[in-house]
Amino acid sequence: MITLTHYLVLSALLFTIGLAGIMTRRNVILILLCVELMFNAANLAFVAFAKSLGDPSGQVIVFFVITVAAAEVTVGLAIAILMARRLSTLNADEVSLLKW
Amino acid sequence: MVTGFPVALAAWTLLLAPLAAAAGIPLLGLHRKRLSASLAIGGLLVPFACACWLLLHTLQGSLHLPLEVKVSWLLLPDLAIPFGVLIDPLSLLMSLIVTGVGSAIFIYSTGYMAHDSGYSRYFTMLSLFAFSMLTIVLANNWLELFIGWELVGFCSYALIGHWFEKPQAADAGKKAFLVNRVADFGFMLGILALWAHSSPLAAERTLNYQLLQTRLPSLLQSGWLSHETLVLTGLLIFCGVLGKSAQMPLHVWLPDAMEGPTPVSALIHAATMVAAGVYMLCRNFWLFQGAPAVLETIAWVGGATAFFSAALAVVEPDLKRILAYSTLSQLGYMVMAVGLGGHVAGMYHLTTHAFFKALLFLAAGSVIHGTRRQNIRELGGLRRSMPWTSATFFIGALALCGFPALSGFFSKDEILVLAHEHNALLYWIGSVTAGLTAFYATRAWCVAFLGQAPEHLHAHESPPVMLIPLVLLSVLSIVGGYLGIPAFLGEPAGAFHWDVAATSLAAIATGAGLAWLIYRRKAIAAEAIARRCAWLHRLLVNRYFFDDVYTWYVEQVQQRLIAGACALFERFIIIGLAVNGLAWLTQLAGRAIRRVQTGRVQGYVLGFCCGIIALLYLAGRF
Amino acid sequence: MPTVVPVLAVLLLAPALGAVLLCAVPASRADWARRIAVAATSVSLALAVWIVFDYDRATGGYQYEVLIPWVRPLGIGFHLGVDGMSAVLVLLHALCSFTGVLISYAIKERVKEYYIFYLLLITGVFGVFTSLDLFFFYFFYEMAVIPMYPLIGIWGSDVKEHGVVRFSKEYAAMKLTIYLTAGAVLALTGLLWLYVSSGAGTFDVVALQHHLSAFPLDARRQAMIFPLLAVGFGVIAPLWPFHSWSPIGHAAAPSAVSMLHAGVLMKLGSYAIIRLAMGLLPDGAVMWLPWVAALCTMNIIYGGLVAMAQKDLKLIIGYSSSSHMGYVLLGIAALTPLALDGAVLLMFAHGLMTALAFALVGHVYDETHTRYLPELGGLGKSLPFIATCGVIAAMASSSLPGFGNFVAELLVILGSWDRYPLQAILAVLGIVITSVYMLRMVRGTFFGTLPQTFTHAQDAQTFFARLPYLVLVAVLLLVGCWPRPLIRLIDVSARPFISTFAHPEAIRMATTTSSQPR
Repeated sequence: MITLTHYLVLSALLFTIGLAGIMTRRNVILILLCVELMFNAANLAFVAFAKSLGDPSGQVIVFFVITVAAAEVTVGLAIAILMARRLSTLNADEVSLLKW
Repeated sequence: MVTGFPVALAAWTLLLAPLAAAAGIPLLGLHRKRLSASLAIGGLLVPFACACWLLLHTLQGSLHLPLEVKVSWLLLPDLAIPFGVLIDPLSLLMSLIVTGVGSAIFIYSTGYMAHDSGYSRYFTMLSLFAFSMLTIVLANNWLELFIGWELVGFCSYALIGHWFEKPQAADAGKKAFLVNRVADFGFMLGILALWAHSSPLAAERTLNYQLLQTRLPSLLQSGWLSHETLVLTGLLIFCGVLGKSAQMPLHVWLPDAMEGPTPVSALIHAATMVAAGVYMLCRNFWLFQGAPAVLETIAWVGGATAFFSAALAVVEPDLKRILAYSTLSQLGYMVMAVGLGGHVAGMYHLTTHAFFKALLFLAAGSVIHGTRRQNIRELGGLRRSMPWTSATFFIGALALCGFPALSGFFSKDEILVLAHEHNALLYWIGSVTAGLTAFYATRAWCVAFLGQAPEHLHAHESPPVMLIPLVLLSVLSIVGGYLGIPAFLGEPAGAFHWDVAATSLAAIATGAGLAWLIYRRKAIAAEAIARRCAWLHRLLVNRYFFDDVYTWYVEQVQQRLIAGACALFERFIIIGLAVNGLAWLTQLAGRAIRRVQTGRVQGYVLGFCCGIIALLYLAGRF
Repeated sequence: MPTVVPVLAVLLLAPALGAVLLCAVPASRADWARRIAVAATSVSLALAVWIVFDYDRATGGYQYEVLIPWVRPLGIGFHLGVDGMSAVLVLLHALCSFTGVLISYAIKERVKEYYIFYLLLITGVFGVFTSLDLFFFYFFYEMAVIPMYPLIGIWGSDVKEHGVVRFSKEYAAMKLTIYLTAGAVLALTGLLWLYVSSGAGTFDVVALQHHLSAFPLDARRQAMIFPLLAVGFGVIAPLWPFHSWSPIGHAAAPSAVSMLHAGVLMKLGSYAIIRLAMGLLPDGAVMWLPWVAALCTMNIIYGGLVAMAQKDLKLIIGYSSSSHMGYVLLGIAALTPLALDGAVLLMFAHGLMTALAFALVGHVYDETHTRYLPELGGLGKSLPFIATCGVIAAMASSSLPGFGNFVAELLVILGSWDRYPLQAILAVLGIVITSVYMLRMVRGTFFGTLPQTFTHAQDAQTFFARLPYLVLVAVLLLVGCWPRPLIRLIDVSARPFISTFAHPEAIRMATTTSSQPR
């Protein structure tokens, strides 16, 4: 029997993997992928709760999140393409223009 | 019996006609010369006619003085300031002088200023001056007086600086206004003190002459107005006189004011405005009467001014400035008379002085008009080339000296009698001053009008429009003593004192004789005397160093030290240290905190996560 | 008319509508832009004059009210209304903005954008004088401050000494905006604190006043909030030592902006202190106003002395303004009807006089390209009309009788004589100081010999070019010669306003006894 706990553990694992990826990776594309991972971890948790509590609003929120995530990826990839074109790099550390 | 509307109309016309002229000239076009002159002259002749009409009815006994008409200018529950016309013998006499002598001078001006580019501006300001002066004269309360007081100051400023392209004229106007402003600081405080102590009830405070006069005894009795306050108030109000009537030590502006056109000097700086201080003292003599200490001060200031400025006239080479010092000296006489308790004597001398000093100035103006020179050393022999001017100047000078049977003799005698009775020292000062007066008048006469004309002096007699006023004023200077002025003011002239008259005649004869010997006979060389008394000569030529001290104070102390220090404080402490210092601190804080912005995304994420964890931890605890 | 047309709303919206219309005007048509601005301000001026005449003096109180509820839960509503005091100030602003628009004909660059900002500024000031709701009051207050930034930064001029730039217009614009906004934020804090602690749940000034008179705030709370409002609004008033933004801002702003800035904007501060700080916190006012009275003496004397040492014409008038606002603050602090009448009248008279002075300096600057006193002189010869107006402005400023300034300063001095005799004496001294620097300025600019370089300077020649000066001079003279009607209008509102203040001793007693918590 797969209980709520299993889902939540999986979600937490996915979330942590994503977070760790964001913090350790330098490639912008990979960072974006990790962000997606974290979104999906959250989505999983939402769906799991919706199922176990019998409240469909959790599933509704997931649709919102997917929409927002799509928009986010669009902007993020656009930035990545611009980075590649203008700065010829995808390394996040090399792009530190917004600092003191 | 005349009452009601005609009287009120006459009173208001007397005050407001010159104002209408002053407003009309700029509105109807500044470029129309004849129109502006006619408006100005008409605007003064009409009030003159009104004043004559009122005088006629007063003398006939068909008009009861004092009469008062007023409108409320400010009306609040706790402050009511009327704007009114108070006509009593004193103000009627003074308004006759202002409008009568003024009309003569206005007419004279059409000749004197005929080719001036600022012709209409000149007449606008003259008319405004006439209105302001009449406001002082006819005021029924202190504030109205003050309004006129300030406005004549402004007109004086504008008229002295009429030829504003000339730096000296512009500076002289500014000086006159500022010196008067300093004096008015005291005057204003005096009026304020009077207002504050005019009633124990805030709502019943007043500045009305008649009300104050009736209240004064009870105020003093109840102790609401202490004697010390009264003395202080009196002294503060006298400060105003120091400025307006150019008494020492605030006399310095009057000689400089001679930069203005000569008719202006005649009207404002001889006959009327400078006499306003004396008039104010006479008008409110009831206030000073209760404070002998104030009267004593007034008398001494007047005596000192009379003597010291007469001495200055002795060494002055400029014809107009000689007359200016003479005016100072004569004003000193008047102020001294008031200080000795003789406000009628003061007023009497004011009247005769208005006649003969206006005459002298206009004659001097005629000289300047005819020769383009005003230094007496560059003049001479005018008696032949300018007979009318010379004759009238001679009459004026005689009256000024106090030659028997002329107007100046009677009025000066009244003052000397008064001094003789009250204060021996002031009496002697007055008599010596009479001698000095005769000396400088004779000197001016001998040097400028007698003797040989210097080369290149092309003198020509002035046009009739300038000579007719001279003749009219000469007549007044001669008969001024027989008009019964003291009696009109309610205090018939006292018995004739042979001893006082003899002393003053002796002084006059000595002064005139000495001047004759020095400047006509050349029996004594003026230079030799100057060399013998070098220090005295230096003191007089430098005008007792008053101007130097004031200039030093204004430029070095006031402008550079005080104002300069404030400006530096503003620039470096308030702006530099406080305001910009705060801005600098803000920038410093920004510079410190921006180190956190490393630009590394991972760093931000780490910080973000730590923050979330900390929040979650906190949320768990509460 | 009042029942049919919301006069105040039209008055307020006319310039705003003008600004909106201007957005549609092509940038190349400067003449349209000018005409729209003149039309918009003329409407406001006509209505302001009408209000001053029509205001029912027998009834008093707020009239021509407009009330449109907006955010009901918070108690915010669009509430307009004027009483005698604000009616006079509305007239002042209408006069200044109308003449300012005419004076702005000298602006030749980006005319359309200039007038948009200028009309926004005008709308903001009208809004402050007519708003009876704290929210909108603050909204319009900021609306009056923010347009100053582009107006000074784009159309202003640098301040030079001997041809060397002392500070740039951009610097002045930044400093002024930051300074005023900082003050506004301080005041906002106070207003919000007041809103919260009153417990009335409304931003409406009238309702709040009503509530506070029934349930007065604790005197100690009032004593804490009052300084926030007094200093916050005092910055723009400008209360010493928070005045240093103003001369710099004046000096750098284009002349029509300086006219509004010194003529009206400064009065926002003193008006806000009267209407909000004193009106809502009477006990706090009684406790703190002696400090205001002490500081405003510094305004008068110190400001005058600094003005005496300045050499830039606009800086002289700038410091002179901060000096004369000291009289306004003294009149407010004295807490007598007479002094308050004088203070409001002085706001009016000084506003006109200062507007006149800045307009004149603007003309002189346009013709000679300098404002530096040692370089000027003799302009009376080539600019007779401007010089005459200059002498008039100088005389009005040194409170010559016949100008409104004299009556106003007289009332302030008479009214504050009993409570603050020392300050009153120093105020009289301030008049002497004023005449010193004003005459020095007139002497240095218009009198003396005319330098060769200025012989081509052009006077204001057409009637249209002279109109703004004539309007300002005429109103100054009118009020000075016949002050009764205007003072009566002010007094109708000022007297009841002052009567609500408790006697200072009573407050002191109350604070000492109320040390135990309620």
